[in-house]
Amino acid sequence: MGRGNFTTLLVFITAISLFPFIGSGSYVLTVGIFSGINALVAIGLCILMGYAGQVSLGQAGFYGIGAYVSAVISVKFGLPVIVCMAAGMAVAAGAAVVLAIPALRLKGHYLAVATLGFGEIIHVILNEWGLGGPSGFGDIPNFSLFGITVESASSFFYLVWGVVAVTAVFSFNLINSRNGRALRAIHDSETASNAMGVDVSVLKIKVFILSAVYAAFAGSLYAHYVTFISPASFSLFHSVLLLMMVIVGGITNIWGAIVGAVVITVLPELLKKFEEFDILVYGLILTLSLMFFRKGLVPLIIDKLQQRKGSGRA
Amino acid sequence: MKVFKILLAVFIVLGLSMSVANSAGKEPYKIGAIFSVTGPASFLGEPEKNTVIMLQEQINKAGGINGHPIEVIIEDSKSDETQSVLASKKLLESDKVLAIIGPSTTGESMALVPIMNTAKTPLVSCAAGAPITQPVNERHWIFKTPQYDFSVVEAIYAYMKSKGIAKVGIMTVSTGFGDSGKKALQELAPKYGITIAADERYGPKDSDMSTQLTKIKAAGAQAVINWSIGPTQVVVTKNWHALKMGMPLFQSHGWGSKKNIELAGKAAEGVIAPLGRLVVWDKLADKHPQKALLKKYSADYEAKYKSEPGTFGGHAYDSLMMVVEAIKKVGPDKAKIRNYIETKINKWPGTGGIFNMSSKDHCGLDKDALEMVVVKNGDWEILK
Amino acid sequence: MFTVFLQFLFSGLTTGAVYALVGLGFNIIYNATSIINLAQGEFVVVGGLLMWLFSESFKLPFLVSAVLTILVSGLLALLMERLTIKPLPKTDLLLMIMITVAVSILLRGLLMFKFGKNPYVYPPFTEGEPFIIAGAVIQQQTLWVIGITFSCIILIYLFFNRTLIGKAMRACAVNPTAAMLVGIDVEKMIMLSFVLSAMVGAIGGIAVTPISLMEYDKGPMLAVKGFCAAIMGGLGRGRGSVAGGFIIGILESMTAGYIHSGLKDAVALLILLAILFFKPAGIFGSKTALQMRRF
Repeated sequence: MGRGNFTTLLVFITAISLFPFIGSGSYVLTVGIFSGINALVAIGLCILMGYAGQVSLGQAGFYGIGAYVSAVISVKFGLPVIVCMAAGMAVAAGAAVVLAIPALRLKGHYLAVATLGFGEIIHVILNEWGLGGPSGFGDIPNFSLFGITVESASSFFYLVWGVVAVTAVFSFNLINSRNGRALRAIHDSETASNAMGVDVSVLKIKVFILSAVYAAFAGSLYAHYVTFISPASFSLFHSVLLLMMVIVGGITNIWGAIVGAVVITVLPELLKKFEEFDILVYGLILTLSLMFFRKGLVPLIIDKLQQRKGSGRA
Repeated sequence: MKVFKILLAVFIVLGLSMSVANSAGKEPYKIGAIFSVTGPASFLGEPEKNTVIMLQEQINKAGGINGHPIEVIIEDSKSDETQSVLASKKLLESDKVLAIIGPSTTGESMALVPIMNTAKTPLVSCAAGAPITQPVNERHWIFKTPQYDFSVVEAIYAYMKSKGIAKVGIMTVSTGFGDSGKKALQELAPKYGITIAADERYGPKDSDMSTQLTKIKAAGAQAVINWSIGPTQVVVTKNWHALKMGMPLFQSHGWGSKKNIELAGKAAEGVIAPLGRLVVWDKLADKHPQKALLKKYSADYEAKYKSEPGTFGGHAYDSLMMVVEAIKKVGPDKAKIRNYIETKINKWPGTGGIFNMSSKDHCGLDKDALEMVVVKNGDWEILK
Repeated sequence: MFTVFLQFLFSGLTTGAVYALVGLGFNIIYNATSIINLAQGEFVVVGGLLMWLFSESFKLPFLVSAVLTILVSGLLALLMERLTIKPLPKTDLLLMIMITVAVSILLRGLLMFKFGKNPYVYPPFTEGEPFIIAGAVIQQQTLWVIGITFSCIILIYLFFNRTLIGKAMRACAVNPTAAMLVGIDVEKMIMLSFVLSAMVGAIGGIAVTPISLMEYDKGPMLAVKGFCAAIMGGLGRGRGSVAGGFIIGILESMTAGYIHSGLKDAVALLILLAILFFKPAGIFGSKTALQMRRF
């Protein structure tokens, strides 16, 4: 983890610890919670896309697996929530292996469609065989650990963003490890890294699993916060939205995933003033920001800062 | 980087505009409304939103509630549970509403149950699913105005029984709306001695349902029951007509809009559906307790929006008027509003039927709220 | 039993024809740019809704309405390409694809604003009773849709293989730098591909609206199915995507008929995944061609 990232992390942690004191009220906090949940999925997707060069349009599938497995087990068997969440992540990891093995042979649009197909199949399965069918089910227990139930928005906010912070640190260390360098090598040239003795296949599967586990973790947090889930929340459109978060934030940077997730989650709330025109304004803002901040928001900010530093020295 | 600055400015203006407050004479009573104005369930949210805007104008023009104007704050849930959770938090905390009406769909309403119970604020849902208000002891603050899905099914099955139909094929759209219909259809079939020969499904954007209909025909059904909203029910009707099925087609209460007859054209002839009296008010006897109210609502709505309110706009009418009446009688007190709705909404004529709320039933409608209606010569006709 | 099978087949052909046309539209742009225009579904919707506007609201004659619809759709695509695709560097494919997603959201907003959320329909091209073949029913409009699909594929085949512009467009996709070096105006070719694919989409919309109705938010579903059709057939192969479209339509219908209608989308996709596992470049795609592509 580099020095720049370390400073950013400190700022980030301070910001999230203070946020509930500034942005009081559970509405603002709930927006924050959903941003955090999305950020968690986006970090996984960012590593998958930005570092391993794999596209996925099926992240909502893993997100849904995490939510459903965890929620169903906790409702049906009454096991501790943390155990249910672990089960959700385990099932998602298994599904990731099943998807990753055939997906290894694919690239570009073909990979996109394969992952899209996976997500849609999960969606159909939830619709047909998921508890409650398309109507979904409620009365899912709140998150609890060691007998303490996390119910209020502010405590759940800390929980979610705590998870995001830990995940981000873990991911930074991963990227800067030997495996991480190998990943970037895959992104740049698969053939070359193969020749250098990097086991591309195994590494790709590992990254797929990692991103699936992040998504499943986020899904189970969602289920135990909202306490109601239905298949509609885990559709292809959510996958596309997640992709949008990563691109808007900046695909080559984990901070980008977090910033993108926050922006895309908060934006519709800000646009409520426009009532029905919000979809128009939303589309317009997305189009413009993609066109003008091509590398994504975070790389843009980094560039700006470095420019300023450079000009300051001169 | 001019563009960057412009966009930044846009964001700042947006942020500021959120905090603009509006002023009025006597302090307004705030009521929240969450509807699926956009997204897949916008067929529900659109007339609901229109209805509420129209009623708000009418009520305020007539002097509001005891001199207080009402302010209905409408949030678009985009047919999405996550969004409706956010909307409810915003309404409860930022707007400090006395009650919330909506959401439009069962899933979204279910997602709000724990929130409303914690916030101790009444919710009058515009969705039909039975779990919204049952079990009643866990749904202390939750009411709903649409009739239960099983009331609709009972109306269909009772009619079928009287016509000697014992074997049916059902087809439902794979959304929450179709799913709750499917569950009710399956659950009540034995009670009416009806066997379900085929149980088919389709997506909300599918373009051809001939396969499902063919399967139902091959299974030897005597009638088809279709359960959906939006364009698919018209496509089913067209396919049913083209295939010359030789058996009647029953639709759910979602069929209750003239627009559907218009879209399906002559294919709609003979389609039977159990509908609320709103769409057939002109065919009711003059002394029917709902008639005057239905007539006024339909006429006002059509004058303002150049379209029909349909059954779903009526749900919003009932929800809002119940809350308004409660505030008028007991004042701006959430607990008293809740108690008033539970105990005093009795023999209360609304658009959906005559409501009888109680501590055992937070919906207050049964199958008598519906009429079996057939399409004849491009118009509705009540079946006796 | 045969009648039932035939009826499933007809139903599959009806839905498959639309997927095929959307898939074809994807291919045109892919062939010029290597990207997938995810707003393609919206152009089908634009086609259906504009046709309604011209023929039912303005009461223009059928052919005039159809031509106007196709032209306006082409113009819309021209605007989209000039404003959002042209300014971008042609190397960042993922960015371009995401922009088409953003544009599709914008287009949906515009459509909702203009047409509202209600579905629209107009009479089929030829009025009359459906045909009955061996007991199975096929609507006249379905035959129109299938006929139009095949006419489109033939015209597009001729365009890409027999005309200089068409060949130039294909060259752009394979190697834009080389295409530029031999004097092809790459930018113009890309623009042309957007216009052409939007027109194909609009034609599809015009043809299917009498069968399936049209509303502002039907686009994403069509885009997803068309994308799958194009991939199943093999990207870059116009005929492949048409075959892919019909295969997916028929698979869905047969699954609904013989397995379970609730699983139709899943089974069709599962088969697509299986095909990709054995033929990573689709049924008709060539693996060598795929390796030459950047995306």
